[in-house]
Amino acid sequence: MSVRVGVVVFPGSNCDADTLHALGLAGAEPVALWHESADLGGVAAVILPGGFAYGDYLRAGALARFSPVMRAVSAFAADGGLVLGICNGFQVLAEAGLVPGALLRNRSLRFVCRQVAILPERLDSPFTCAVGERRPLRMPVAHGEGCYYADETTLDALERNGRVLFRYVDADGRPALDPDDPANPNGSLRAIAGVSNAAGNVAGLMPHPERASEALLGSDDGMAIIRSLVESAAGR
Amino acid sequence: MSDRHAFDPTATALTGATVASVGASAAFRFAVHVMPKPGILDPQGRAVEQSLPHLGVGNVHAVRVGRRVELTVDAGSEAEARATVERLAHDLLANPLIETYAIETIGAVAAGGRREGGGDGRGKAGDGGRDEGGT
Repeated sequence: MSVRVGVVVFPGSNCDADTLHALGLAGAEPVALWHESADLGGVAAVILPGGFAYGDYLRAGALARFSPVMRAVSAFAADGGLVLGICNGFQVLAEAGLVPGALLRNRSLRFVCRQVAILPERLDSPFTCAVGERRPLRMPVAHGEGCYYADETTLDALERNGRVLFRYVDADGRPALDPDDPANPNGSLRAIAGVSNAAGNVAGLMPHPERASEALLGSDDGMAIIRSLVESAAGR
Repeated sequence: MSDRHAFDPTATALTGATVASVGASAAFRFAVHVMPKPGILDPQGRAVEQSLPHLGVGNVHAVRVGRRVELTVDAGSEAEARATVERLAHDLLANPLIETYAIETIGAVAAGGRREGGGDGRGKAGDGGRDEGGT
């Protein structure tokens, strides 16, 4: 029996269908979870998809965090359940305090929608275990508020504890540590594209792996991340 | 999208507590000023600042762009109303990680949420009514 993985549908989510599709490609049974329901339907993992939950009013993710489904997701995460927030989902997780830091307005002030390369920092996390070898993964970003911010002390601790999961890298595979490096699409501090919580079971990722799920889309590198999540969920 | 629902904060109490009862005796209006924390990059402020030379203005700097939220609270006393605003500001209106907030008391308003005496929309900004908040 294939593992059930939930995708939360907020009003304003717009990557939910793509994410459900990618989960199906990875062999999971995709389950849509409505934001007004506090019942996760017994899924083994949850993805908060991209979009503009609750219109991104106030701050991206600020209102979505108070929805009934997020209370269930918080409890699920506290119990060790696997949760991945993609783009807007990352913003929701950060606002909810489930992952550290905040996503600020892009340094350029522009909405950025293009292909980037990210390098997994470690291959033993539930979100990278199927990547195979440490190599840059190509997938799109599409966001206006993706500039990762945390104070210096927090950033040092994240790096020390292996909680930086992905960094934006340039064509040579080097982290785009200068916030003004064009390979760093939003000015993220220390080129951070993805982080995890302390327990390692909750992660936020700014680029869209589900938009790089088939060669037809220009890259299928994103499937390595989706497959990692599905395999980790099945193994729990 | 047909499944779009307006967010109704009264339907979802902020921290799982019960929704505060209505039917209070008075109403108070406040403004919450939310600003990016000092040291946090504010690209909006920077963009405004960089446009100033086009206006022939060369003596303005350190522009920061924030947000002002006005709201009316039904409560038994101003202190009670203010406590509600404090909680809202900290939990929702500002993200204390990246923003600070200050609460300004505009004043008591008549039942139905209309401000006493109408006026210019500012009311009486109580002196000492602004507290630095956030962390």
